[in-house]
Amino acid sequence: MAPAPYGHTSGVSVDHQPLLLIQARNLITNLALPAFLIDPDARLLFFNDAAAEVLGRRFEEVGPLPQDEWARDIGPFDEDGRPLATNSLPLATALREGHPAQGRFHVRLGESGLREVEVSALPMLEPDNYEGALVVFWPVEAAVPETT
Amino acid sequence: MRVRFWGVRGSVPVPNPNMLRYGGNTSCVEITLSDGTEMILDAGSGIRELGTARATHTNSVEVLLTHLHLDHIQGLLFFPPLFDPANHIHVYGPPATGPDLDQRLARYLSAPLSPVDLRELPAQVEFAASPYQDWEVGGARVRAAVVAHRGVTVGYRISEGDSSVCYLPDHEPALGSELGDADPGWISGIGLAAGASLLIHDGQYADEEYPDHVGWGHSSVSDAVAFGLRADAEHLVLFHHDPTHDDRAVDELGERAAEAWERAGRDPSEVSTAAEGAVVTI
Repeated sequence: MAPAPYGHTSGVSVDHQPLLLIQARNLITNLALPAFLIDPDARLLFFNDAAAEVLGRRFEEVGPLPQDEWARDIGPFDEDGRPLATNSLPLATALREGHPAQGRFHVRLGESGLREVEVSALPMLEPDNYEGALVVFWPVEAAVPETT
Repeated sequence: MRVRFWGVRGSVPVPNPNMLRYGGNTSCVEITLSDGTEMILDAGSGIRELGTARATHTNSVEVLLTHLHLDHIQGLLFFPPLFDPANHIHVYGPPATGPDLDQRLARYLSAPLSPVDLRELPAQVEFAASPYQDWEVGGARVRAAVVAHRGVTVGYRISEGDSSVCYLPDHEPALGSELGDADPGWISGIGLAAGASLLIHDGQYADEEYPDHVGWGHSSVSDAVAFGLRADAEHLVLFHHDPTHDDRAVDELGERAAEAWERAGRDPSEVSTAAEGAVVTI
């Protein structure tokens, strides 16, 4: 669902994201786990610096992306680099069925090329309404970060 | 539209002689549309006096609750129109998972906390969650959106013709955001406030008080000003005064806000502090 247009009185117009997505963005901004925010139309709204590190690009360079663009650039792919149907993604399950979903597939991550990742997608549900999904991923072979 | 303030205090009523100029009643604002339609924003203790001195005497009243914290609902059962069976009263409130709005209100408005049960009210009262889409009341368009506060809370925007009032009495948009730099589309509530003729906004804390209250759901005066500037509101009214702030303290916060507004290149007379009994016509 695209954000609704709000203000209008003095020529100002702002598309205001739902609070749930604003808070989710605030959360993942401070999260060391790579994470994406996706709207109900599967448009990429935001990804955090941890995701930028593995993707090789910051969100500020990329901006919001429609599904066909991020699917083309990032994935999902099979182990030979062939595109997988995006409707099989955990994200698609979360958006379609409204429950958390997990999966494992390959994505293209910056200069490191094709990498196998674990992905979890959490639907952003409000009462009688939903606003998209929060997706976190982790390269399967990556070392677990040390904790202090 | 005519806007009248019946309760401007936050958290708890304060019947204190040093607070009489701004008033001690909790949140309640009356909006009268040009066709006489009456809308009431929140049902803090200020709604009691509103009920006994109603500007209009129509049998239909719209009550828009931002959330169900006590200071926003504690006056509801002292609102005389609820005891007149000829009245039709619509009560809107925040959407939430679980019980309907009337059941959630009944946790407070029922025994043992109340001598009168919500379902005993003589008036014809309908309760509904504020819709996610605009709706019409009289000649006005009403929009609600969930905003940053503790617990599910909505803000409202009421637009009639070229005039609009945005009501965000309990709001902490700076939580997790840098209001000065953030993409406006990612600031809580700003879509409701954008370009509003009158922005009624939480200004509970002095800047030096805010660090001890981060995450409590309220704003410092500087954040209220920053929010109003980002929204390009035509007029900012600081609201939800802290119950520990006497009249002099509220005066000082208002002065600080006006100075900050002026430093941003705006007319300082566009900032004011809400006071009980004040009337604004827009």
